Amino acid sequence: MLEVSGLCKGFRDESQQGRVNAVDEVSFTVKEGSFFTMLGPSGCGKTTTLRCIAGLEKPDKGDITVDGKVLFSSSKGISVAANLRNLGMVFQSYAIWPHMNVFDNVAFPLCVGARRRTSKSEVKQRVERALDVVGLGHLAGRYATKLSGGQQQRLALARALVIEPAVLLLDEPLSNLDAKLRESLRFELKRLQREQGITTVYVTHDQAEALSMSNEIAVMREGRISQIGNPFSVYLEPENDFVADFVGLTNFLKGVVTQHSGRGGTVRTADGTLIVDNIVDLADGEECVVSIRPEQIQVMADTTPSGPNMFSGTVVTRLFTGDCMDYQIRVGNDTIRCRTPASQRYSTGKPITLSLPAEYCIALRRNTIGESSERTTIST
Amino acid sequence: MTQLLETPPEPREQRLAPGSAVRRPWATWVMGGVVIVVLAYLVISPLVYLVWRGLTTGQGFGLGNIAKAYSVPGTPEMLLNSVLFASGSAFVSCVTGTALAFFCVRSNAPLKPLLYAASIVPLIVPGILYTISWVYLIGGNVGVFQKMFAGIGLGFLIPDAFSLPGMVIIDGLHLSPLVFLLMYAAFRSTDPSLEESAMMSGATVPQTVRRVTLPLVRPALLGAVLIMVVRGLESFETPAVLGMPSGTWVFTSRIYDALHTYPIRYDQASIYSLTLLLITALGLLLVQYMNRRSERFQTVTGKGFRPRTMDLGKWRWPVSIGFMFYFLIAVVSPMLILLWMSLLPFYQTPGIEPLGSLTFSNYAELFETRGVTDSVKNSVILALTSATAVMLFTAIISWMVLKSKFKGRKLLDLLASFPLAMPGLVLGVALIFIYLRSPLPIYGTLVILFIAYVTRYLPYGMRYSASSLAQVGAELEESAKMSGATWRDTFRRIVLPLMAPGLVAGWIYVVVVSVRELSSSILLYSQNTRVMSVTIWEFWQNGQTGVLAALGVCMVVVLMALVAAAYKLGAKIGVREA
Repeated sequence: MLEVSGLCKGFRDESQQGRVNAVDEVSFTVKEGSFFTMLGPSGCGKTTTLRCIAGLEKPDKGDITVDGKVLFSSSKGISVAANLRNLGMVFQSYAIWPHMNVFDNVAFPLCVGARRRTSKSEVKQRVERALDVVGLGHLAGRYATKLSGGQQQRLALARALVIEPAVLLLDEPLSNLDAKLRESLRFELKRLQREQGITTVYVTHDQAEALSMSNEIAVMREGRISQIGNPFSVYLEPENDFVADFVGLTNFLKGVVTQHSGRGGTVRTADGTLIVDNIVDLADGEECVVSIRPEQIQVMADTTPSGPNMFSGTVVTRLFTGDCMDYQIRVGNDTIRCRTPASQRYSTGKPITLSLPAEYCIALRRNTIGESSERTTIST
Repeated sequence: MTQLLETPPEPREQRLAPGSAVRRPWATWVMGGVVIVVLAYLVISPLVYLVWRGLTTGQGFGLGNIAKAYSVPGTPEMLLNSVLFASGSAFVSCVTGTALAFFCVRSNAPLKPLLYAASIVPLIVPGILYTISWVYLIGGNVGVFQKMFAGIGLGFLIPDAFSLPGMVIIDGLHLSPLVFLLMYAAFRSTDPSLEESAMMSGATVPQTVRRVTLPLVRPALLGAVLIMVVRGLESFETPAVLGMPSGTWVFTSRIYDALHTYPIRYDQASIYSLTLLLITALGLLLVQYMNRRSERFQTVTGKGFRPRTMDLGKWRWPVSIGFMFYFLIAVVSPMLILLWMSLLPFYQTPGIEPLGSLTFSNYAELFETRGVTDSVKNSVILALTSATAVMLFTAIISWMVLKSKFKGRKLLDLLASFPLAMPGLVLGVALIFIYLRSPLPIYGTLVILFIAYVTRYLPYGMRYSASSLAQVGAELEESAKMSGATWRDTFRRIVLPLMAPGLVAGWIYVVVVSVRELSSSILLYSQNTRVMSVTIWEFWQNGQTGVLAALGVCMVVVLMALVAAAYKLGAKIGVREA
């Protein structure tokens, strides 16, 4: 459906007096009707990629094809203007025109450019349908600026949908809403997307949004795709420490791979030997980090480790977050984050034992994260 | 220019299949080219002609004119007067304007709305009228104040209008609204919490003002001082009405004199014009440079702080009474004396006795005096056409400067702002040089005045257009593009309507200043193309003060109504936007 291949886009960097590649050789394919998300920290090139697809930025290199129609191709010298691409887009700020009412905002795409000759009755019919789909039918006459944030977001969606776009592009559409609303709109957006069967490209820096709504996620970093896959594989089987770190919360334990067995093997760390079920692209003797998620660590009251992958430690800090308990636990020189149900509480200073299940431990190549990026755990 | 704006819509192109080449960049290029050519013609051609004229003598190129112009007797005095006049009036306007702005924004002095009105009204009154009314307040042997104070033996306190101190005060009071507006914005946009934290640290109100508030607005204040000095140098009305009879010459009056007394000395006019232009351009460059540097520690963000007021304590009323007094002197009395003059067949000092002879005959005479109705008509035509042209033209320019990726956009901005440095009189001189010999039959028609007004007010239009366009987020346009709109659709249906409040405000502003315009018009008008301000000037020369005052009162009333309408309109559109 949507194919992007070899996309490159550079910007002039004022401070370094050179060009920086905001998007660097990005390629992916989005299947008809699927929900594709580009996830990454700010400045990773996700929005630039989206704007290249939209036609609002002109890529330096690459090809963009929708439904077999070439929208951009540097090699063939084709660049279709944004207003002729027939794509729908929802902007971060919604970009609702303040001088028009709700109806006129949605009707605008049907009254301009190539669609300017749409008959009045058809405009009315299509606008009403689009407004009904997003649940704004009763507000058609209201001034757009009198809408709440959530309503504006839906209005922007209706305006993007009214032209029946080949692809719907969403640029962080939920980031301006408060937390509660954001969560409820996630469900609604997902429902809408599935019911309408619209091929959707979604851009966000919020991993929860990405995991909950997408069919496929591309985790981006510094203009490149770091990992691409379905939400489960991205969360559970990160291919590098950047993805493990950016998607969800994780612990990193530094070590050296000592032995391979099948996909897994053993890793020697400062606190002892760890059995891991998954070693990604590492040979024996190579330095690595072992990633394990806080909620997968088991915390036990016993003070003596009674098996492999078990460590004794003390509770340094605990936080009650409502649905669970969040701990920082000192093990040797490391601090490990873990999480237990709220019913299972250990007080600060208490000695406990941690169990790190081998099936959740993943050994990854060390230091693909830049020095500047923050880590959840500092390991020695 | 209007032709440019009415460019026929390009033939509706055959539906472009996706994949075919795009037409938009081409259209922007053509438009950019046309805009640059028109702008360059308006802005650069006067410069070129001025320089060319100034540097050619009978023997070809040479610097002979410069030496000749500066060896005219009285030149040192003229230079000294120019400096004294400009800096003096800048001093008066900056002190009064800043004080007014400070107390208006930052204090809890009562009667603040009155303060605001006091600070704006002189801006609306044409300079020629303001100066003339002051003649009847403090002028030689007619001045009301002059007589009042002489009656109690304090006559020496009041400077004569026909002297340098008098000119300084009158011009300074007339320009103080400009300072007020500049400083009003500066005071409003400084974060009050900066002052509050000074207070929390134990500073008293005067200490806070001195140590925190004033340093914070210092860049704005310095800028205002420079702008006012430049404006003082450009000022024509006051030196013409008061300086020429008393022999207090400055640059502008010299230029006027060189062109209006026989033998006409074009060379001298062009050299003085060039000098003046150089000084004003340098001054404004300096302002720009300072503003750029000050951005670094600028607390003046676009954010709308809620201005918090300081408690003046026991000084509340004294301060208010002081400003009340200012209001009476600077605003009420000039207007009243004008009204008084307009109601008397011949001027008499205000008092009980002349009340009996009050009459409306001057107003009736307006309709009978030859040329008055024509000049009103000309003024209206010029104001409407030039305001419309300026706003539409600058709307396009500012879009290209702010929103397009057009290569020459910096140049466009520079060109459109340059006339700010061009005194009206200098522009008039340059246009004479261009069109006196031009084969185009423009000299002596309304078109030459139209060109002058459009050129002069481009920067103002630019300011209104650019600031209103800057508030239109890029995504609003991009979403229109994504909706399939062409550039023309987007500009007409999204950009222009969103700019509308700013454009309307700018339009009214240009109408107001066009109606007041005298310094260009005075050089460019002909028998059939008199405008109102020129008519007033001629009445003054002929001593027809009654009719002059009647016309002036009508003018002021209409201008005030316009400005009031602008405020109302702005408020209304503003509400809908919120």
